[in-house]
Amino acid sequence: MNNFSYIQVNSAKEATGYRQATPQAAYIAGGTTLLDLMKGNLEEHPQLVDINLLPFKGIEQTSDGLRIGAMERMSDVGEHPLVLQQYPAVSESLLLAASPQLRNMASIGGNMMQRTRCGYFRDAAFPCNKRVPGSGCPAQEGNNHNLAILGTSEACIATSYPGDLAVALAALDAVMTLENAKGKQRRVPVTEFYVLPGKTPQRETVLEPGELIVAVTIPAAAHARRSTYLKVRERSSYAYALASAAVGLDVQNGTIRSARVALGGVGTKPWRSPEAEKVLTGAPATEATFRAPRPRPCVGPSHATTTASK
Amino acid sequence: MDTEPKFFETNPTAGVVGKPLNRVDGRDKVMGRAKYSAEFNNLPGLVHAVLKTSDVAKGRITGFDTTAALKQPGVLAIITHQNIPKLAKTPNDAEDKRAIGVHMGYLPLTDDQIYYAGQPVAVVVADTLERAQYAAALLKVQVAVEKPLASYEDPKARLFDPTKLQEGKTAPHVVRGSAQAAFAAAPIQLTHKYTHAINHHNPMEPGATTAHWEAPDRLTVYESTQGVTRTQKALSTMLGLSAEQVRVVTKFLGGGFGCKGSCWPHTVLTVQAAKFVGRPVKLALTRPQMFTSMGHREDQTQTLRLGATNDGKLTALIHEKTSTTSPWDNYAESNSKIVNMLYECPNFEASYQLARANVMTSTYTRAPGEAPGSFALESSMDDLAYQLGIDPIEIRLRNYAEKDPSSGQPWSSKSLKQCYARGAELFGWSKRNPKAGVTRNGRLLVGWGMATASYPVHNSQGMARARLYADGHAVVQSGATDLGTGTYTVMTQVAAEALGLPVEKVRFELGDTKLPTAPNSGGSVAAGTVSSSVYMAVQDLWQKLIKVAVLDKKSPLHRAKTADVEVKDGRLQLKDNPKKGEDFATLMKRADMADVEGNGQGRYGSGYEDAQTAANANPAKKDEAPHHSMHAFGAHFCEVQVDPDLGTVRVTRWVSVHGAGRILNAKTARSQIIGGSIFGIGAALMEATVRDQKLARYTNASLADYHIPVNADIPDMTVEFVEEHDPYINAMGVKGIGEISMVGVTAAVANAVFHATGKRVRELPITPDKILGTKAV
Repeated sequence: MNNFSYIQVNSAKEATGYRQATPQAAYIAGGTTLLDLMKGNLEEHPQLVDINLLPFKGIEQTSDGLRIGAMERMSDVGEHPLVLQQYPAVSESLLLAASPQLRNMASIGGNMMQRTRCGYFRDAAFPCNKRVPGSGCPAQEGNNHNLAILGTSEACIATSYPGDLAVALAALDAVMTLENAKGKQRRVPVTEFYVLPGKTPQRETVLEPGELIVAVTIPAAAHARRSTYLKVRERSSYAYALASAAVGLDVQNGTIRSARVALGGVGTKPWRSPEAEKVLTGAPATEATFRAPRPRPCVGPSHATTTASK
Repeated sequence: MDTEPKFFETNPTAGVVGKPLNRVDGRDKVMGRAKYSAEFNNLPGLVHAVLKTSDVAKGRITGFDTTAALKQPGVLAIITHQNIPKLAKTPNDAEDKRAIGVHMGYLPLTDDQIYYAGQPVAVVVADTLERAQYAAALLKVQVAVEKPLASYEDPKARLFDPTKLQEGKTAPHVVRGSAQAAFAAAPIQLTHKYTHAINHHNPMEPGATTAHWEAPDRLTVYESTQGVTRTQKALSTMLGLSAEQVRVVTKFLGGGFGCKGSCWPHTVLTVQAAKFVGRPVKLALTRPQMFTSMGHREDQTQTLRLGATNDGKLTALIHEKTSTTSPWDNYAESNSKIVNMLYECPNFEASYQLARANVMTSTYTRAPGEAPGSFALESSMDDLAYQLGIDPIEIRLRNYAEKDPSSGQPWSSKSLKQCYARGAELFGWSKRNPKAGVTRNGRLLVGWGMATASYPVHNSQGMARARLYADGHAVVQSGATDLGTGTYTVMTQVAAEALGLPVEKVRFELGDTKLPTAPNSGGSVAAGTVSSSVYMAVQDLWQKLIKVAVLDKKSPLHRAKTADVEVKDGRLQLKDNPKKGEDFATLMKRADMADVEGNGQGRYGSGYEDAQTAANANPAKKDEAPHHSMHAFGAHFCEVQVDPDLGTVRVTRWVSVHGAGRILNAKTARSQIIGGSIFGIGAALMEATVRDQKLARYTNASLADYHIPVNADIPDMTVEFVEEHDPYINAMGVKGIGEISMVGVTAAVANAVFHATGKRVRELPITPDKILGTKAV
């Protein structure tokens, strides 16, 4: 880990000011992912700007839905009564992630900024187009059994966001509020927040340099209230998803009125599946519907896959 | 020993041996007072070293750019092959390697070659850990990179038949009977391949060394090792010092599982760094470095051919193993040994093939050989049971070995039938539906599987010293290691019972080459050998007091023959008239003895009879080689529930029953069996280090990405022991349970998965991708 300076700020303006002065500086909230990246020499920042005192707090009902401040902690959000009642998929996605210690530290904004668990990215000794653009992607023919099969490119097949929360948020049409150095806020749907790797896998989100995540807002909906998050992994806890699904259904009189489906662990970004939603909408809510073969949502360039033992 | 020896009589309910005593060091551990090897921070001028390791797996170092690193404040030294002081001996020479007694035949920083990814190429020393780490990151290594070989599966790898394995410790080719002909003639022929992923030990405490040169020719090393004496020998030989000049201390160890069984490069590099900077130096491996610094269980394929009669009796077993080894050593776990001895089978053949690749030498990993070997054998036995429609326990009973098939020797003791019976009863095995793939719990498939466990009692000896004070306190010492499994506790119990003292009055000390030499804590030998040493040391001490008593006019035992005197609960008394005697304190106070000391040697193969008559033992008999095959045996029973849609396997019930000689502490023994079973469940379901097949570098060297079981993966486990009194193995009759706890576990899980799904997975670990596509029968 390189030497760095540390400064704690009280306002967004102050925070963005430091980032403008030192473009390679990084914001730090819970630090649970950033410090790992720095200890592995995967990211180097001359300055860390502590944004924990920013007023991006609160879990509250608004006319647009439930608004969650970016500084809220994963455990607080996951256990919040409104989240539990109205957005069970969001609660489950948070509480199935990481460990209690990490959830107590990690912020919602930081969660959205997690980086891939691709083993080639996580070890600075390997070439990696995401880490060192143009250096190559050994994962294409290497150990890729937990990497993406959707949205991949010749440059990168990493599940760029390896976590859970954004998958649930993508399914439930959540919208992020961002604020730039000029104090201007904009709203970006979670489904558009992450970008496909294409030829520039180093660019993972639409966040502009210095821009801050202020909040996430999840619209109220019947399919949100009947939602769930399924996470498949090799061990029962403390593991990233091999594959996951956030599903919300509005079922009335046995018929699916509206459906929301997003997949995690299999796409280069949280993967909303309108194809699956289309199949489900209007169909009877039966096992036969759920098990019926359906079109593949989207496929990137093919690559070899390996199993865990090779 | 042709006649049945007499048991040393103990009343299992009277003494403290065997009782579930809490750990005597537990309080120190939870309060942070137990000092591990990287915690000796008060040494004068202590500084920090970190390893700079190679990114690539093969190449030649052409130079270093140290400019940026040396500019960092606090940096004291950058040590490379160009400036490191020369050692008297290195393991790079095969003969010297034997003298040094280390596992790996190459020491980094002895030349410009890079043989494996993660190989140390420099040691950076600085006044703080953070500064050393950053300087190491800034140090640039220039390498002429070459294309590496990644494993035996690499198409360019050259397979060869080793003439020697493990420096002759394992025969690379074994033939008993005529297995090929018997297999060809067998009515039932099974041929299957089994693969095992690379596994790493991953003890909680990483490898760590604190080296302190107290004088130019006097070195003290605080080392995270399973054996202080072996480390002392390795370091002193490499440094050209006498063993007496090197002291190695390991007061507490946070697990080892085999990876701390040898002295590895980082240890000697730390010692050299301390010499280089003239200050005490501490080095702790990082978690990623733990994957390339202390060995691993090698990637391997086993082919097992099993021939049997139509009623399920084995007629032939042919075992072939192919695995990866390093550029210098011929190491492979000896998988075939358990295949050779577990069941009655007249014809057996085993062979090993190796391929060199750009990896460090693999090493002993909990039940080395027995764990993967039993996976192949016990999976195939399960196949045989299903093929013939015979219950898996019954097929094993039909092939029950009444003596050791590999040697023809009788067993010193064997309680396997009782283990099967008790395990089956505890598990409810009789309710098992013999058909695979038909038992359900809602949507989930339920499977029951079992497997046999066995592990040998290895040849071992060690020493201990016991000092009894007239005030009723005692200090007992042996240079053993407590891996965290309870050596401190059980030896306190053994000493207290032998001395007739409450455990609070007995202090047991270990982990220091200044103490009497004990064996490496490996191969499950520590409990048996050290407890026997302790027991014998106390007997020696009693004999000294008996001699004092019979010469003391004021003693009730005056003029008695020493052979007629016994000691019970600290009281010296006549064997045939126990009323005549006195307690040790009375005697010692009257004789003005502040204390009395005894020495004892615990030996493999010595029986209870030897122990009882140690004082006047017949020396010829003492060294008599044991004519028995000595093994612990056991059985594991496993229930899994498999999600047929998601491919996930969860262990939901577990029963292990073992016969392992005397159990010294019911609580720590239970914990050790649980730990070994979890180790095996990890290997069965999730543990795999994945080496990139082009770059020969691990891709998941972290505990986030190398999965070991979490609490949620493990159900309540039932552990029982069958009481055994084995008169042959050692003075205490202890077989050891560190490794047997893992043997058979992977097969028990795989057999349960087959019973649940009808799908036989022969490739470990059994991850969801290998289950998906399962069709319930």
